[in-house]
Amino acid sequence: MSSTDISLNKDVHHAHDEHDHHHDQNFFEKYIFSQDHKVIAKQFLFAGIFWGFIGGFLSIIFRLQLGWPEATFTFLEPILGNWVVNGKIDPEFYLALVTMHGTIMVFFVLTAGLSGTFSNFLIPLQIGARDMASGFMNMLSFWIFFLASVIMFWSLFIETGPAGGGWTVYPPLSALPQAISGSGLGMTLWLISMALFIVSQLLGGVNYITTVINLRTRGMSMTKLPLTIWSFFLTAILGLLSFPVLLSAALLLIFDRSFGTSFFLSDIYIAGEALSNTGGSAILFQHLFWFLGHPEVYIVILPTFGIVSEVIATNSRKPIFGYRAMIGSMLGIAVLSFVVWAHHMFVTGMNPFLGSVFMFLTLIIAVPSAVKVFNWIATLWRGNIRFTTAMMYAVAFVSLFISGGLTGIILGNSALDIQLHDTYFVIAHFHLVMGAAAFFGMFCGIYHWFPKMFGRMMDEKLGAVHFWLTFLSAYLVFMPMHYIGIAGFPRRYYSWTGFDAFNTFTDLNSFISIAAILGFTAQLIFLFNFVYSIFKGRRATANPWHSNTLEWTTPVNPGHGNWPGEIPAVYRWPYDYSKPGAPEDYIPQNVPFSQTQSSNLPYERDLE
Amino acid sequence: MITLAIGLSIVLLLVILFLLFRIGTLASIFRGSTQRAAGTTKTSNKVNSILMLLFLIVGGAAFAWSFADAWDDMNQPIASVHGAWTDSLFWTTMIVIGIVFVITQILLFWYSYKYQHKDEKRAYYYPHNNKLEIVWTMIPAVVMALLVFAGWKTWTNITSAAPADSVVIEVMGKQFSWLVRYPGPDGKLGEANVHLIDATNEIGVDFSDPNAMDDFMPREIHVPKGKPVHLKIRSRDVIHSVFLPHFRVKMDAVPGMPTKFWFVPTKTTAEVRTETGNPDFNFELACTEICGRGHFAMRFILVVDEPEEYEEWLASQTPFIEQNPQLLTKFTQDSKDQVVLEKSTEEVKTEL
Repeated sequence: MSSTDISLNKDVHHAHDEHDHHHDQNFFEKYIFSQDHKVIAKQFLFAGIFWGFIGGFLSIIFRLQLGWPEATFTFLEPILGNWVVNGKIDPEFYLALVTMHGTIMVFFVLTAGLSGTFSNFLIPLQIGARDMASGFMNMLSFWIFFLASVIMFWSLFIETGPAGGGWTVYPPLSALPQAISGSGLGMTLWLISMALFIVSQLLGGVNYITTVINLRTRGMSMTKLPLTIWSFFLTAILGLLSFPVLLSAALLLIFDRSFGTSFFLSDIYIAGEALSNTGGSAILFQHLFWFLGHPEVYIVILPTFGIVSEVIATNSRKPIFGYRAMIGSMLGIAVLSFVVWAHHMFVTGMNPFLGSVFMFLTLIIAVPSAVKVFNWIATLWRGNIRFTTAMMYAVAFVSLFISGGLTGIILGNSALDIQLHDTYFVIAHFHLVMGAAAFFGMFCGIYHWFPKMFGRMMDEKLGAVHFWLTFLSAYLVFMPMHYIGIAGFPRRYYSWTGFDAFNTFTDLNSFISIAAILGFTAQLIFLFNFVYSIFKGRRATANPWHSNTLEWTTPVNPGHGNWPGEIPAVYRWPYDYSKPGAPEDYIPQNVPFSQTQSSNLPYERDLE
Repeated sequence: MITLAIGLSIVLLLVILFLLFRIGTLASIFRGSTQRAAGTTKTSNKVNSILMLLFLIVGGAAFAWSFADAWDDMNQPIASVHGAWTDSLFWTTMIVIGIVFVITQILLFWYSYKYQHKDEKRAYYYPHNNKLEIVWTMIPAVVMALLVFAGWKTWTNITSAAPADSVVIEVMGKQFSWLVRYPGPDGKLGEANVHLIDATNEIGVDFSDPNAMDDFMPREIHVPKGKPVHLKIRSRDVIHSVFLPHFRVKMDAVPGMPTKFWFVPTKTTAEVRTETGNPDFNFELACTEICGRGHFAMRFILVVDEPEEYEEWLASQTPFIEQNPQLLTKFTQDSKDQVVLEKSTEEVKTEL
């Protein structure tokens, strides 16, 4: 063990004298059932990467079908078995692929993999805490997520197939096994897995919120927090308020499926018989689902706002432009995210007046989002930009966020949504703004904090190759989807060739599929770089990016408790980059004003 | 054998790639670029920033070209009054967001290129500017207000109550096809009930209701040009969605909750056939809410006729019950049963 760890143990023992003999944790305590937030963060990260590859692979299979609807895929038989009949992918399995791709990417990768990794890793390190408020709950959060993962993964291999009613699992389709085979055991497993997943998110969220509120180090006021922490904090609040609603929707659906209730079912004739269910409302489920579902897209994207702000500021060597406006806009987005859910339901037959209200509220979100984009661009302006891989991902994130976000102004308009609802225009929109963008934010974070996680650097050249291939393919896949969407191509179609209106764009669909395969293949470069660098990467220094935040004041490999000695106190905001008069172009947060007299601004003189 | 050869060449390729990677790493150590702060290496910083600029220029050009190339295919013919409104609002909004798109993307990539790292340079310490913040909060707010207003007006017009003289058509979704019912000469659709559905009476029409006697169920939807058409939409199993792409019409079909949509067709099928030069053109009805295995195959034809053609077609239709008189016998029986049933439930209630 390194010397830092030994001195750290002393520190811990100081507080708990009675535990003197607990020197070495065994393998299980250290790596499996660890209560150290850094280890838990890595566990979430590995799980997220694993799920990312599964989710991506599923999308490649259905892109094959969409790109070459006439082709036979006998070569898939060894992998898919009976789901491929005479070289044709089974249409119900196609729907299951789409469903699982959505579920996995939204929940398991971009919620658990993203928040789980970075909230866990960065909150204690950046606010100056030894660990999370409750290490045990944190561990529980991961292991319940792990259980949810196992169940979801298992559901991929059962005979009737995984859930196939779309990731939004609208009943009655998801409630009736007669309607689609995926609504049998697959849907049961989906619901159990998601219920566990929600429990895991709540345990994590409570912890993040408590830690940010209570465990900030001396001097770390809320207005000195890095934007990452603000974003994780707001994300956790969103999750805490919205996930229980999904749990209630899931529970009611379980009742409808297994106990004969009629919350969502009414007037149904299926498989040759009329069901006795009456009085339920299928639309009620959609309201409950989207009451989570819409905040959920912000749960996915808010953490990346923070990560990207941090990386852009660090690598432009400039303070983030409009720090308070950035917090304000995140607060605005977080609040508004709760009152826009019904814009997913403009054409469900909802009262048109309600549609008008939700259109108004939805379009307001464009304002704080625009402010964020302008502030990021203003941060780049007159910077001294270091193109680390993380920085390139951050710049690309802003680009994707603009491209995908702008079309939200169209889709949020109920009159325009009539034609575009459930077409590829929607697919293009949300894949750019919360799919690709959130992935880019996640990559940005991984490349940026890898040195602190593993004590080594990822290879920057491979990173650049990975970045350019991924960036290129993200645009090549999702930009052309707008054209297909404007033409009205409906989503979740196994093939469009049956319609005269939709038998165009066959070449474009093949092109998209090729670009998707390219993008997926490029992730293997990332995987290699990631695994190789953990073991063989160049050794990192304590602060390789010359960054200001507290995590870079820890040793190269921070042990349990993060700082070997006393926790550093904080004196300034985290964005003192290139301050005039300072010898270096960065001043870490733990440097008191008394040591930087040459660069202090007039109002800071009083703090010296 | 071939599999082996492919396998071997893949392995070989991976080995070569790995060696290239190692050589690159060693060369960078030799050049001493590893000694510099990350992201300040001269060549890689230059290469990446130039690529950023190239991405903007080449990507922008490719986007413009492909957009123009796809233009004809992405614009489906418009054949309804409100379709013209939404399309013009759509393209107006596209221009607004297009301008923002171009400006912000150019600034983003141009700044990335222009302000790339230089050893002798120092970034400009510029933490905030309240005036600027207020300006770029207000501009989007005003633009959004205008777009909300335009959208709200269009939306209210589209979703207003259907005119009384509309042609009423019932569209019912089922796995995996559409059922269509016209009210017949009396202009009234007969009652329907999910418990009356059987193999012949797929909508579950209650033929003890006199209004149902002249209802007919054609294999194609016919509507007259220039007259409002009022779709009464239902589903009998899972959620479906009525989508008429050429009329810019979409509305979910929800079991247990009837929905509606009305529109005015402006072009006959024949007119669009000459306009597009495609003699086989048909207006199509598609499903846009995932509903199971056959979701992608719920195609139904809609024909827009000149009003006089429509009247002719209407006159040529025979009521459903005339085509299936055997249903009627069952119905007289059923309705009696039902009366008995209702009575017994009433009794139960009073007892309670």
